[in-house]
Amino acid sequence: MTVIGWFQIILYCAIVVALVKPLGWYMTRVFNGEATFLSPVLRPVERGLYWISGVDEKREQHWLTYTVSMLLFHVGGFLIIYGLMRLQALLPFNPAGQSAVAQDLSFNTAISFITNTNWQNYGGESTLSYLVQMLGLTHQNFLSAATGIALAVALIRGFSRSSMRTIGNFWVDVTRCTLYVLLPICIVYTLFLVWQGMPQTLGDYVEATTLEGAKQTIAVGPVASQVAIKMLGTNGGGFFNANAAHPFENPTALSNFVQMISIFALGAALTNVFGRMVGNERQGWAILAVMGVLFLAGVAVTYWAEANGTSTLASLGLTGGNMEGKEVRFGIVASSLFAVITTAASCGAVNAMHDSFTALGGMIPLINMQLGEIIVGGVGAGLYGMLLFVVLAIFVAGLMVGRTPEYVGKKIEAREVKMAMLAILVLPLMYLGWTAVAVVLPSAVASMANAGPHGFTEVLYAFTSATGNNGSAFGGLTGNTFFYNLTLASSMFVGRFFMIVPAMALAGSLASKKSIPPSAGTLPTTGGLFVGLVVGVILIIGGLTFFPALALGPIVEHLAMNASTLF
Amino acid sequence: MLREIRPAILILLLLTAITGLAYPLAMTAIAGAIFPKQAQGSLIEKDGKVIGSALIGQEFKDDKYFHGRPSATSAPDPADSTKTVSAPYNAANSGGSNLGPTSKVLADRIKEDVAKLRGENPSVSVPVDLVTTSGSGLDPDISPEGALFQVLRVAKARNLPEARVRELVAEHTQGRMAGLLGEPRVNVLALNLALDEASK
Repeated sequence: MTVIGWFQIILYCAIVVALVKPLGWYMTRVFNGEATFLSPVLRPVERGLYWISGVDEKREQHWLTYTVSMLLFHVGGFLIIYGLMRLQALLPFNPAGQSAVAQDLSFNTAISFITNTNWQNYGGESTLSYLVQMLGLTHQNFLSAATGIALAVALIRGFSRSSMRTIGNFWVDVTRCTLYVLLPICIVYTLFLVWQGMPQTLGDYVEATTLEGAKQTIAVGPVASQVAIKMLGTNGGGFFNANAAHPFENPTALSNFVQMISIFALGAALTNVFGRMVGNERQGWAILAVMGVLFLAGVAVTYWAEANGTSTLASLGLTGGNMEGKEVRFGIVASSLFAVITTAASCGAVNAMHDSFTALGGMIPLINMQLGEIIVGGVGAGLYGMLLFVVLAIFVAGLMVGRTPEYVGKKIEAREVKMAMLAILVLPLMYLGWTAVAVVLPSAVASMANAGPHGFTEVLYAFTSATGNNGSAFGGLTGNTFFYNLTLASSMFVGRFFMIVPAMALAGSLASKKSIPPSAGTLPTTGGLFVGLVVGVILIIGGLTFFPALALGPIVEHLAMNASTLF
Repeated sequence: MLREIRPAILILLLLTAITGLAYPLAMTAIAGAIFPKQAQGSLIEKDGKVIGSALIGQEFKDDKYFHGRPSATSAPDPADSTKTVSAPYNAANSGGSNLGPTSKVLADRIKEDVAKLRGENPSVSVPVDLVTTSGSGLDPDISPEGALFQVLRVAKARNLPEARVRELVAEHTQGRMAGLLGEPRVNVLALNLALDEASK
């Protein structure tokens, strides 16, 4: 670890925190339906969309209608991606002549993109046409991100409203998020990325003759426009197979730094939206503090482990850390930081191969996802995931003092706690359950690229990433098989929707309750005690759930590595 | 609930058209106009022919060139399409080795590469980036130490004074961005092009 390395980490955190207030202010205005500086241009477009689609923007929805609208929207998104992939050979914008994608891979990819996971069982440049990348994947990058944010805002309204039946209008929230938040930022962001060296072209792959006279086919494409929303919307699905490690998908140290900021920007700002909407910004900062504590702990461990390297490298006298699977322009610190950020948020883009990380360096990304990606988290998903843990922490605190717990003026009762527990428990059920199935099926075990405990970690990582809708991978695992395509798709589906539906039920039941003013017996939820309590609950629940699985994978591998055991 | 079906179809189609077609196509047009070189892939031409991209590494085996890092990319086996064969720096199929810290395959590969490099330049310790594959398999850079390590071999193969080669390496060493972000590095293709110029 170096001083300049830590300086990069601190600078990163400072910029993200500095963006929280302005972005939070802007997004609050957008979701309250107020005018913004972009309204003169965008308002006519927005009204046109509502007029054609028959949306009455004044009419709000009950939580069930809101949820059903969201589900219908996803059914349509699924059909578009699946259809495009199956038919891509017949459609335009296909200069590399890609043929139709197989049924199980198309199914997996369609589920993957509507759930904001962007798991890559496909290899971008070797499988997909430009049309699928744009119309299929880029569009769903926008819409699954907009959906996540809309749902978080709906849950916030549940907390901030008093005795109301409705929690907003899904169509309005999604449209406003796309038009006012995501698109304008992406337009500027795309140009920045192209300036840094990212291609943005519809031309053919380039045929080059190298200096030594060999032929090299260089894949290009409309990369920058997709990468902008891939990062901002915490989607993470790469244009290229190597994702943000590919020099075209992340050309410079600066493009890397800005990409890291854009992963956290909206998710962190949503904590401020929460604070503003419930009438006390400090409530938002307290939640961000919980996230910050967990984040920095993770960064420290991964950076330390990667800088230390492996026993193989040490035995040969090689210094400079574990560079296997990392790019020279990023080095140890920017690769470690990126890995922790991308799994803390449910982004899943990678600028280094997590499979080649040291055992402990790779364990932190795994833990981040197993905690439910609540450290900033996916845009929207992170905030509603964190609020579920907050409900639980408040409930535990209430039990300790024997008083009905309250949070931001709402009584937390049996129904709320049941919904929170349902959402929290369904995740481990999927990733532990499917991992257990996979390791006893010989055909599934054959997909592992590494032997020994590392192979087990590959499988555990895959199901954790899918269930958490992250999309990053221990890429050695051959996931493009019938078994993994279907089981990973089911993990992504359950991980997304079995979290969303209880969260929306919670929003509905909270919105219908009366707001009560704080009294002398109310636990203050803006101070250090509250932050410590939530961190404690997260670690206890997380630790009890997945520690045994970690012991079989990265922990035993670390001990083996220290004993110089190879597999 | 039935009245949600119309927006479910129309909002989806309209937003898809905006974000999936209008946005990428407009960005392609604008970016192509403002940054034409980058938008096409930062291609390098020599005598009217494309010899590569400034951002994409290529394979160098000849002693007279600086070598990039080992690459783990592959290509479909021409004999059997269900299998793949090793194809270093295949810029149409990026990827890393994905070998973990306790992998015997990885340990053997590194040992072999270290032994080879020690034979070439026994006086200096081997820089780690020269024996590890990158994440993309297309890393265009090596560390400045990785370049200096190879000076001896390159100078000998080209009959150039070592000092001159060292000078070229120094000229092509890029520092951290603003002295802060990223790591110092040397672009291998740019350095080799400069070498060819210097040897003329």
